Amino acid sequence: METPEQIRDRILARFPGASVAVVPNPGPAAQHSLLAGADLGREIATFLRDDPVLRLDYCSNVTGVDWPKQGFLEVVYHLYSMALRHGPVILRMRTADRADQVTLPSLTPVWRSCEFQEREVYDLFGVVFAGHPDLRRILMWDEFKDHPMRKDYVEPDDYEWEPTPHGDILAKARRHYPAPAAGAEGKGNP
Amino acid sequence: MSATDLPPLAPSPGPRIRAVHDEFHGDLLEVSMGPHHPSTHGVFRMNVTLDGETVMKLKPVFGYLHRNHEKIGENTSYLSSMPYTDRLDYLCSMTNNWAYALAVERLSGQAVPERAEYLRVILAELTRLLNHTCLAGFLLQDGGASGTPLMYAFREREKILDLFESLSGSRMMCNFQRFGGCRTDAPAGWLDSVRRLVDGYGKFLDEYEELLTGNEILMARTQRIGRLPAALAVSAGITGPMLRAAGVPYDLRKVEGYGFYPRFEFRVPIGADGDTYDRYMVRVLEMRESIKILQQALRGIPEGPVMDPKARLRGFRPKPGEVYSRIEGPKGEIGFYLISEGGPNPYRYRVRPPSLINLTLLEDLCLGHSIADAVVILGSIDIVLGEVDR
Repeated sequence: METPEQIRDRILARFPGASVAVVPNPGPAAQHSLLAGADLGREIATFLRDDPVLRLDYCSNVTGVDWPKQGFLEVVYHLYSMALRHGPVILRMRTADRADQVTLPSLTPVWRSCEFQEREVYDLFGVVFAGHPDLRRILMWDEFKDHPMRKDYVEPDDYEWEPTPHGDILAKARRHYPAPAAGAEGKGNP
Repeated sequence: MSATDLPPLAPSPGPRIRAVHDEFHGDLLEVSMGPHHPSTHGVFRMNVTLDGETVMKLKPVFGYLHRNHEKIGENTSYLSSMPYTDRLDYLCSMTNNWAYALAVERLSGQAVPERAEYLRVILAELTRLLNHTCLAGFLLQDGGASGTPLMYAFREREKILDLFESLSGSRMMCNFQRFGGCRTDAPAGWLDSVRRLVDGYGKFLDEYEELLTGNEILMARTQRIGRLPAALAVSAGITGPMLRAAGVPYDLRKVEGYGFYPRFEFRVPIGADGDTYDRYMVRVLEMRESIKILQQALRGIPEGPVMDPKARLRGFRPKPGEVYSRIEGPKGEIGFYLISEGGPNPYRYRVRPPSLINLTLLEDLCLGHSIADAVVILGSIDIVLGEVDR
């Protein structure tokens, strides 16, 4: 299969204005990935699917990654070819920030397998996928606020209770249920 | 604007309801099937819109068993996630363990000794036997064959679980693989017990198939029901026996050749029609191939250590990098995506759940069929909610 650099060059030849870069992976697995700009994201994905050399007809895995220090959310697509039996080609897209510019193009029109997984990324990370046919929360309930997989997510204070709290739970219980004032103990209600 | 103030939810697409022209059709009926319906194999819910008995619309609802497995994985060390992977697909803990161990081994460049690789293949194929046997039983149960096929299947499953228990100490939550090998070696006589079970399994399958495969009621309930076209299956990321039943010969044991699978001779059965009967049949044929793999592995397993001496259990910190690694689980492709930043915990821990993604086409398969067929179609997809909801 072509190297990520070759794929990048062919994408740039096809879409001269596109922003595509190779993100190196320093680990032993050496699965390098392609970082695509959000503006032409769906066109690049369609190219990867339909190109006769690549034919990445199968999107195996879609997931989000939160990078609070770098200040963006990232969506990672792992693409394989079932017809030519190669892969993975890893496609990444990044949001502009983590607050209000979190829209990325949905790739569900390109690969149907993104449907539930993009819903999951929306639910747990808060990336909004433009063009998704049915973007609703999938694992959390509809009324839930916030996105639990973000690194700065703070869980609600009273979500669990232990009959014999200890450690962190005890500290949390003390915060949540302040001790009664001194002298009040044993008096009971009148 | 804070993180919680995201734009409002996009409206869902209009109902996919066929135009009804004749005046004898009454109102459409919405039924919430589940999460406590016995045919949903757990806490799965389908919002079904019915015209009489015909499914006009079906929306799956998830999340009743959600505990944010991935967040737990990011908050604990690499090794502490191993017992949690047992709880994903709780019928197939051995393959979940292997998928996770393999991902971490690829992340850290860890080698595995030969005997451990053989043990892994043996355990994975036993898991496949167990899962497919149970699926056949459950499918028949969904089709109305109350009791008998399921009890036969559970009798055989119990024998395999006994083997798992004598090896790992637990019937279902095995927690057996480690990064760089297996937790313990097989006790004395264990491999002989496996050999006895494998030698007898073909006879059980013969008996089971004689009872079921040619059964007129089974054929009437499953043939031409829930047909899945191959191109749609590929696009929707369907994997495992469901994909192969649709006629796509894609088996990661052949394609990726992980573990020692290239050393073994086996065939990949594929279906012709992609209907529910093919999904049943492909699994039965896969079990026969699993028996072949098991016989070869039991013949070839060498003596030696089951753990790489260089493997680190304590203070394990892989170098920065990331990996996506996948294996052929009994339900489909189970993958793990890990990002390491050099710390003791993974920065990102992601499970690719085959059960969830195989449900993508549930509505497409069920439209136009009766509600009783929808139950059988769901049964043939083979889901476990521990993995769907994570």
